[in-house]
Amino acid sequence: MIWGVLQFPGSCDERDALHACELSGGEARLIWHEERGLEGIDAVVVPGGFSYGDYLRAGAIARFSPAMEAVAEFAAGGGPVLGICNGFQVLCEAALLPGALLLNERMRFVCRQLDLIAVDGPETGHIDTIAARRPALSIPAKHGEGRYWAPDEVLDEIEARGQVAYRYAPGQNPNGSARDIAGVRNEAGNVLGLMPHPEHAVDPLTGSTDGLRIFEAVAAAGVAA
Amino acid sequence: MTRARVLIRPKEGILDPQGKAVERALPALGFEGIEHVRVGRMVELEAEDPARLAELCEKLLANPLIEDYEIVTL
Repeated sequence: MIWGVLQFPGSCDERDALHACELSGGEARLIWHEERGLEGIDAVVVPGGFSYGDYLRAGAIARFSPAMEAVAEFAAGGGPVLGICNGFQVLCEAALLPGALLLNERMRFVCRQLDLIAVDGPETGHIDTIAARRPALSIPAKHGEGRYWAPDEVLDEIEARGQVAYRYAPGQNPNGSARDIAGVRNEAGNVLGLMPHPEHAVDPLTGSTDGLRIFEAVAAAGVAA
Repeated sequence: MTRARVLIRPKEGILDPQGKAVERALPALGFEGIEHVRVGRMVELEAEDPARLAELCEKLLANPLIEDYEIVTL
């Protein structure tokens, strides 16, 4: 099992992501944004941070990087992709995931531990977030632009197709996200994005190891693919 | 070269917290009667082929899902 963790100018969570990948089993290597190839990679993480300074819109420029072109091909071939925070924004900008992430409703940067509820997804060939379920996953979020938004008809569609992967626990929506959505997946279920940071919840020292469940679910999809 | 300005703003109906924050600050400064403040971006550029600007806006400058844009040639 070999993980590839993308690194853009302005990424800042790629080291924690590497560590989380290694803890969940397998090797992990950084993929610089100018690299085009993902040969030998079984699963990809698009990490958090501020790729290209978040200029224009968060994720807008990263989307056009050679590494992201490779990720789009990798995803089209069924390879599992996990986008975290800025990585989620990049995947939405690249139209690999539906919707967009807007400025938090209350204009405040959010930095807090939250409970996530996993939502059931497609039956096969996907990142099994339900295997990663416990009553709730305790995972920190830290972002200024995390308000998930899509037109109502798109929200209805993705809910009907089981593309909502995570919701904030009742009363914990930190940013005004539509329908408490914290994470979504693509229709095939192999691309998963979420605003909270599972890579920061992998060691008892920091209070929760629930984030590892998500990395393990992605790894399982990587072995299966 | 054609000089142009691209104005980008949040789509109608999408909550714009920046606009709201500005709107709420105005009465304290003595500006009454200002409503529906929306904050967007403005991009100035020079283009060899202004016919391609719409495509440029759709692909990069704006996210058509959440933003409207307007191209003003100068």
